Amino acid sequence: MDLLYTAEEQAFRAELREWLGDVLPTLGSEPDREDWAARRAWDLGWTATLHRAGYSGINWPKEFGGRGATPTEHLIYIEETERAHAPYIGMNFVGMLHAGPTLIAEASDEQKAFHLPGILEGRHLWCQGFSEPNAGSDLASLRTRGVRDGDDYVINGQKIWTSFGHVADYCEMLIRTDPEAPKHKGISWIIVPMDTPGIDVRPLRTMEGSTEFCEVFFDDVRVPVANRVGAENDGWRVAMVTLSFERGTAFVADVIKSMELVRALKEFAQHVTSKGATRWEDAALRLEIGKCAAELDALWALTKRNISQAQRTGLVGVGGNVFKVAWTDLRHHLGDVAMRVLDRASLSIEDVAGLANGEHVSGRFFALSMSIAAGTSQVNRNVIGERVLGLPKER
Amino acid sequence: MDFELDADQESLQEGVRAFVEGRVPLDTVRELEAAGARVDRALWAELGEMGVFSVALPEDQGGLGMGVAEAALVFEELGRGIVPGPLVGTALAAGILDGAATGELVVAVLEPAEPITVVEFPADVDALLLLADDGIRRIDPATLETTPVGRPTDALTPLAVVNSAIPTGELIADAAASARARLVGTTLTAALQVGVALRATELATQYAKEREQFGKVIGSFQAVKHLCADMLIRAEVARVAVYAAAVTLDGRSDDDVVRAVAAAKCVAGDAALQNGKSGIQVHGGNGFTWEFDIGRYWKRACVLDTQFGNSDEHALHVAEMV
Repeated sequence: MDLLYTAEEQAFRAELREWLGDVLPTLGSEPDREDWAARRAWDLGWTATLHRAGYSGINWPKEFGGRGATPTEHLIYIEETERAHAPYIGMNFVGMLHAGPTLIAEASDEQKAFHLPGILEGRHLWCQGFSEPNAGSDLASLRTRGVRDGDDYVINGQKIWTSFGHVADYCEMLIRTDPEAPKHKGISWIIVPMDTPGIDVRPLRTMEGSTEFCEVFFDDVRVPVANRVGAENDGWRVAMVTLSFERGTAFVADVIKSMELVRALKEFAQHVTSKGATRWEDAALRLEIGKCAAELDALWALTKRNISQAQRTGLVGVGGNVFKVAWTDLRHHLGDVAMRVLDRASLSIEDVAGLANGEHVSGRFFALSMSIAAGTSQVNRNVIGERVLGLPKER
Repeated sequence: MDFELDADQESLQEGVRAFVEGRVPLDTVRELEAAGARVDRALWAELGEMGVFSVALPEDQGGLGMGVAEAALVFEELGRGIVPGPLVGTALAAGILDGAATGELVVAVLEPAEPITVVEFPADVDALLLLADDGIRRIDPATLETTPVGRPTDALTPLAVVNSAIPTGELIADAAASARARLVGTTLTAALQVGVALRATELATQYAKEREQFGKVIGSFQAVKHLCADMLIRAEVARVAVYAAAVTLDGRSDDDVVRAVAAAKCVAGDAALQNGKSGIQVHGGNGFTWEFDIGRYWKRACVLDTQFGNSDEHALHVAEMV
């Protein structure tokens, strides 16, 4: 067990830090969060900048255009970019973290040759068409149909929670190609160009008021069979390859951001008063902030252990499920503590009265989605109970 | 960076686990409890011979020459077995008091506190360590006026209340050694808590696989399964926090050592206490009986939380360091 970084890892960090120091001041200011065209240009522009410097596809294999960084270097990359407040992967997360790795693992040479550079160079934006209104945690019950007609699949149905669907170029999509087969055995994984006729994208307003999610409706959408990745009806297995990537380093940036939020919360509490005393003088609040910080430290250690395991075995394993549940529970706790510190300043999602309340309030909304997205905490607890502890399934 | 156990660390941990399961299985622990939970001097010497008290002591001083990380792995196993005795005090005395490393001496830490100060294992303890600001002080237990506690919360941790003023004792190590001993002692206590939290998870899971109600094993019900899953989550998160603290004490991390140790004791303390409670809940009425061991894990968690600062005190300390 060793948490010190090697000379190579330190050199990687130093080089990255220097590059970020040079490039970040040249970026200008981030676009308005609801200006989707501008945000698309901003996020893809950042990917292009990363690509020119050799950092795009940080953990993708070199033979497919990535940097081929080790899991530890990947961790350092996320840590440094987040601490420097560089743009996050943003809209490009589906392409870089889901679709791209799936294509690398499962796609044909032609598919790889066309799509991987598009993702790496920041030319193509991807979205995900997995969940449906009636297929959430029970994803394999999805019903969007793909019927073979000559060299095309004709797709009819509806997808939901499709982040950035209104500005995406391609969709990694699961369709039912054999309705007679058992539910896991009749699904195919297909690349759908979002400009195909018959696709209707409708922004779905979240409870926070943002419109990053979309509903996507498919009405006789013709997609070439050549766009399928993997064998027909083998899409569930292909999708699981994708989902296993999601549990690796996907939340590392959020942990680092939360550590900054805890510091900001302390700062806030030390400067605002309630009934004549600063909020920081309230031992009950200090206690909760301390618990959040201690748990964050522990989750940072868990991240390093998961990364070390990935470095040795190529897989994150159950540490990923443990992390996801613990992290989202903690994120809820941190949001609740922040509300108690902010008191009525928690009633505005934007900064008010010169206070830095906004990030805490929107972070609390974010927490609500975190324990649902990418496997609800309840499904994850089932996975831990059944696959790790060996408890029998309910039924 | 590699935060996985290496082969030597794995074999060390397996060796101690095998020893505990063979020499002090829970049957033996219950026998010791029934006999008044006196420190078993033969067991103490065997633990000393194994190097349990001297893992981090240099080889030229009779130790195993390893680090706090390895000591934490060993103490996690002792926690899993709820091995009774002042393990941390004796380990801290190794290298300072002759006979501690070998287990000839039984040494406990004395923590002056309010509303009461207690001596653990009062009938057996040979020396007490006071980890004072100016250094480590050795206190002769005979110089204290004490009253035995008739019904200790954890029957495996007998106590006496100190009625007299604490004497100054004999200065046996300097201030730096005392500060270091506090951090190491806190970390090893947190390692015991991790062991308690892990074994409580195993006991609950085992019970949930065997106990049937409504015609099914109760572990198939999500309400019970999720209790068990949360126990594993808490134990695993605490485990890495303790390893991180231990590795930092060994100089194998750039993190702040005081903060890492405080975070570890905070998280491990909560994990042990909550897992003890959840474990009893999974056991239902049986969990509340003397016969079932899960209650002993909760009771040990209660004791460990009071040692070297409780979970809340460490959380407040972490808050100051944010």
